[in-house]
Amino acid sequence: MPMTRRRWLTVAATTAAVLKPTLVRAETEIQFWHAMGGALGEKTKELAEGFNRSQSEYRVNAVYKGNYTETMTGAIAAFRARQQPHIVQVFEVGTATMMAATGAIKPVHALMAEAGEKFDPAAYLPAVTGYYTTADGRMLSLPFNSSTPVLYYNKDAFRKAGLDPARPPRTWPEVGEAVRKLQAAGLACGFTTCWQSWIQLENFSAWHNVPFATRANGFGGLDAELRFNSPLHVRHIGQLAEWQKTKAFDYGGRRNEATAKFTSGECGMLTESSAGYAGIKRTAKFEFGIGTLPYWPDVAGAPQNTIIGGASLWVMAGHSPQAYRGVARFFSYLSSPEVQADWHQFTGYLPITRAAWDLTRKQGFYEKNPGTEISILQMTGKPPTENSKGLRLGNFVQIRDVIDEELEAVWAGKKPAKEALDAAVRRGNDLLRQFERAHR
Amino acid sequence: MERRRVFPHRVLPYLLVAPQIAVTLVFFFWPASQALWQSVLIQDAFGLSTRFAGLENFRTILSDPDYRHSLGVTAVFSSAVSALALGSALGLALMADRVVRGARAYRTLLIWPYAVAPAVAGVLWLFLFNPTVGIVAFALRQVGYRWNHLLDGREALLLVVLAAAWKQISYNFVFFLAGLQGIGRAVIEAAAIDGAGPARRVVSVVLPLLSPTVFFLVVVNVVYAFFDTFGIVHAVTGGGPAKATEILVFKVFRDGFVGLDLGRSAAQSVILMAIVIGLTIVQFRWLERRVHY
Repeated sequence: MPMTRRRWLTVAATTAAVLKPTLVRAETEIQFWHAMGGALGEKTKELAEGFNRSQSEYRVNAVYKGNYTETMTGAIAAFRARQQPHIVQVFEVGTATMMAATGAIKPVHALMAEAGEKFDPAAYLPAVTGYYTTADGRMLSLPFNSSTPVLYYNKDAFRKAGLDPARPPRTWPEVGEAVRKLQAAGLACGFTTCWQSWIQLENFSAWHNVPFATRANGFGGLDAELRFNSPLHVRHIGQLAEWQKTKAFDYGGRRNEATAKFTSGECGMLTESSAGYAGIKRTAKFEFGIGTLPYWPDVAGAPQNTIIGGASLWVMAGHSPQAYRGVARFFSYLSSPEVQADWHQFTGYLPITRAAWDLTRKQGFYEKNPGTEISILQMTGKPPTENSKGLRLGNFVQIRDVIDEELEAVWAGKKPAKEALDAAVRRGNDLLRQFERAHR
Repeated sequence: MERRRVFPHRVLPYLLVAPQIAVTLVFFFWPASQALWQSVLIQDAFGLSTRFAGLENFRTILSDPDYRHSLGVTAVFSSAVSALALGSALGLALMADRVVRGARAYRTLLIWPYAVAPAVAGVLWLFLFNPTVGIVAFALRQVGYRWNHLLDGREALLLVVLAAAWKQISYNFVFFLAGLQGIGRAVIEAAAIDGAGPARRVVSVVLPLLSPTVFFLVVVNVVYAFFDTFGIVHAVTGGGPAKATEILVFKVFRDGFVGLDLGRSAAQSVILMAIVIGLTIVQFRWLERRVHY
């Protein structure tokens, strides 16, 4: 069909509209790539808009880039093409990769100093920021959404089994006892867990103050070696495997699929991220309580503190000082008590500063929502040690896959705990060496 | 009367093919050369530190038990998908060729699945077989079989094979049907007069005459099973459980885009490229000799 004059005109008009220069703004534009979909994405957008309204020099543009992996690879590809955003949200297991990329990132402490922005590292909660801080205490990325595992328990089921609903089991032997009574009272499964590697091995190590890996869990250097096949780890996984036989413990999946086993009433207890609170509250048709993560009472120093999961904001290299001043200003805005307290209360993620925590308490949030403070208390009970600061291990996405595979073999009864953990450590160490070679 | 036109230009023909050549260079040769170059490097994700590694990436891959496992999965997967897609399409085409009434409607309906995107096809099958809510899984449970492809690797593999083959059947069907309709009625009728039954006619007359189509489709299906099935695997199983459905092209993606190990990922894609080129050459040299045009 030949193009009529009218169509030509339309095409020309559209082209002109597209090419027309947008209104010249005095504002410096700051690109912020994140992985928060749904309600969290809306909230993130709201944060950026709040900042944009609070001043007129900078404009933060929050862009949803898909899941964590997609956001991170997207930013890396953009960096290779010299089109990187100013800020990118990276999940905690990507920390080592970002940190090793010295020329591609701008550490937060340097950013704040260069921009002349007021920045007091002591205002932040070390249990949260520790994960993203160098061994000598300098902050590399700004924690954005952090959570830690806690124990959820079904109070109605506890009552039926003759257990005290106000007293969740604190130790693993107490869990064993509670599980026995729950099952005697007719429950199909005693307890289940989400994120098995994160909760039953990574946090397990920090909580008992034993190393997950050498070199201060990788904070000390790329030559770290995995250590989660110690007798204590073997004993714990062995106990879970033992319980799996009678469904005292029942495996529910690698991610957070096990939540459904708890909220449907099938399992009486669940270890899951503190950020799972909102979802559980929405779906569970029974009264539930929150307790601290269980520990083995005969281990000296336990319980220590748990570590976080979630993501932090990394600043990418190669932008103008003017833009960096804007980023620094945005980070100050995000760290302010009001913004933090609102984010913490809305999302269930941990607050990153003491002031935000205090403000939330003053506002009476924890009284209205019992159990929501447990996660913070559990993380801040003791100052973190080198075993409980966090993990900084390369290729950690793949290492978690390896751990998942080996643990699944344990739950299926195909491998004893010791053999599986030894294999996971061996395979994981290969991945660490490979990462070390690529970053020499 | 047709008038023949001869172009006096020497340059014009080249100009006319130039766009196609440019597309091929930009979208095929350039990325392929990049992959070749990347495969001999050990580089961090950001491209900040690069080291020439020679064949080290290839050596580590070939000695990696995970990679050999993936090779095995791919062999089973590709042959199963090709065989299933070709076999069912041929059966359907033979039947559609004999249909007298409503033939057009049947043909149109059979072509539909080809228009479905791989990821969507995957999700459709995933819903059918979802262990908790899937209708097929439910039916299987009624007859006493507990389907759970989330834990059982063989069931997971079967599921992706079914989904991948289903999507390719339409494409094969179109070509088979066209091939069948190109076979002269006279030949088949002659065979019938000579006393050959329907099955005999298919084996001795139709298939030999259809061999160019079969040959073409074998090549296309193998390439399809190697590359285009990525979306299905990604949507249905994500390579799991425990790598039971991790075909080569999916492993390239996982190691490169999730694991950010570009060197080894590139080395794997180079090997994959070599495998497919090799298979195609073998098919051309071996199969084409038995083809009657």
